[in-house]
Amino acid sequence: MLEVSDLSVAIGDKTILHDINLTIGPGKIHVLFGPNGSGKSTLLGALIGFRRYRVLKGSIRFKGQEIVDLPVHERARLGIGLAFQRPPTIRGLTMRQMLAICARDGVNAEELAAYLRFEGFLDREVNVGFSGGELKRSELLQLLAQDPELVLLDEPESGVDLENIALVGRAINHLLGREVGAPRGKSPRQARQERMKAGLIITHTGYILDYVNADVGHVLYEGRISCSGNPRELLRCIQKLGYGACVQCTF
Amino acid sequence: MPERVDTVAKSIDTNYMTEAPEHGYLEDPKALPEEDRQRMLGVGVDTGETQRSGTFLQMDHSVVHCGVRQEGLEVMGIAEALAGYPWLKGYLWSALKAGEDEFTGYAETRAKNGYFIRALPGVKAVYPVQACLYLARERLAQCIHNIVIVEEGAELHIISGCTSARHVVSGLHLGVSEFYVKKGGHLTFTMIHNWAEEMEVRPRTAIVVDEGGVFLSNYICLSPVRLLQTNPIAYLRGKGAVARFNTVLVAPPGSFMDVGSRVFLAAERTRAELIARTVTTGGKIINRGLLVGEKPGVKAHLECRGLLLASEGYIRAIPELEARVAGAELSHEAAVGKIAPEEIEYLMARGLDEDEATATIVRGFLNVRIEGLPKELEQQIDRALAVSKVSTM
Repeated sequence: MLEVSDLSVAIGDKTILHDINLTIGPGKIHVLFGPNGSGKSTLLGALIGFRRYRVLKGSIRFKGQEIVDLPVHERARLGIGLAFQRPPTIRGLTMRQMLAICARDGVNAEELAAYLRFEGFLDREVNVGFSGGELKRSELLQLLAQDPELVLLDEPESGVDLENIALVGRAINHLLGREVGAPRGKSPRQARQERMKAGLIITHTGYILDYVNADVGHVLYEGRISCSGNPRELLRCIQKLGYGACVQCTF
Repeated sequence: MPERVDTVAKSIDTNYMTEAPEHGYLEDPKALPEEDRQRMLGVGVDTGETQRSGTFLQMDHSVVHCGVRQEGLEVMGIAEALAGYPWLKGYLWSALKAGEDEFTGYAETRAKNGYFIRALPGVKAVYPVQACLYLARERLAQCIHNIVIVEEGAELHIISGCTSARHVVSGLHLGVSEFYVKKGGHLTFTMIHNWAEEMEVRPRTAIVVDEGGVFLSNYICLSPVRLLQTNPIAYLRGKGAVARFNTVLVAPPGSFMDVGSRVFLAAERTRAELIARTVTTGGKIINRGLLVGEKPGVKAHLECRGLLLASEGYIRAIPELEARVAGAELSHEAAVGKIAPEEIEYLMARGLDEDEATATIVRGFLNVRIEGLPKELEQQIDRALAVSKVSTM
């Protein structure tokens, strides 16, 4: 699904990411741990193609196609979706209109919004006056409408209160086709095998792992992927020893 | 050195024509040539009169049609009204001073026609009344005087569309308007301008609002105009009176728009809100706003937002607040700049290309939710944006 090879990325003149290699297969969820400033958001920004992230070298292949030179909207149309950590406000555009933009060919806004208990926001301007938790739900709602094959989530749990974190977790599972209970007419095993949607989730705290069953974890430290493995084990190591010590094993 | 901001000529150009041939009166406005009807529709004036409570059409100096479709409303030429209502003289040059500037002075002696629109006490107009001031003669100085009276407890929405025939390139439109909103009355005034590119446009407007009265103004100009200069003034002289001005301007290259609004909060509990959204695609905009608080406890807010979509032109926001007593609560918010690249990339991440994303942001920016605005106008906003190739620099 996604193959990142030897990717180095700069912001202005400063190189942020060094020689990143990352492969995410169909149906897999990867999580990316890392301290503030380690380059996690830069990686997601480079994957979606934001202009301020300058690719110095390396390649990004999505579904077999090199996308490193494609503009943002073409990557989105190919099937990459990003939930922003701090989305901007768009005045004069309602959430309902935004969902229509995301879906491109018609969407039942009410039904999707109900899933995230967001019906009351459909006629409000995009992100205007939303709380931290509401912004996260707004982002997930837009991705539900967009229905991407590769879901990039930048700190989906930050600012979300306890009451809503389960809701956010459920929406992420829905987005990735990982809901509990197989669809009608399919065995759980069959449903698991047919899972195609992949995800890359940035998490600072790891709380989201209580709700989303991630397959692989990585630690990004000073712009390098320094560890990969079982996400829960990595999280335990980080919690116990801190990032500095945790990454010693590979440095 | 920064470029000096242009100053607007303060005197009348004497090269305009003052005389125009008479246009005959039409019982049915649909009898107008299709081309003229389309131009009128572009400024919200529907000669088919669908969902309209009354119509006034003036071409050059001639009233070509007027009529009402609801009891309790009056729509006629100002000359006819003055002849029929001797008391109306008391309203002429009452809200506005003839000597205020050279243009009002010019209008005092040279105004030819204009409309008189009145809602009788307690009458609530079901649909808007529409008025069109149309310029058909090249280089004509069209000078008019309008009076609107909303009597006690009445409600009225006027759509005033000003435009010129397709063949007209230049001319002067000088419109003096005096509006009176009596106790508990409610007037919404939506003015849409779509002039020829070389036109000079100088509306002079004053509004007097009595106790509990409400005046809502929507002003829209999205098309090129050489010079547009207007700064209407509302006097909230009755307790609890309210004024709101929404202004939407798009200035293409070659256009100069000096547009503002002023409100005097002269009685207790009066309130006002001025909201302007301006976009330059290469033209120059000065956006003024003045709030004057004369009584304690009055409350008003003024908001100027401007978007620069080209490397030429400028937007200059001049918000002014004047509190004459302690306890007058006046505030303002002004922001002028380019579209934030993060907003464009946000929409691109949802699948829009850069041009679509920019247009979506600009449309949202200009959306001040004007109620009762005809569909054609929304489409016109889209067209104005499409024609003026928006870029983000």
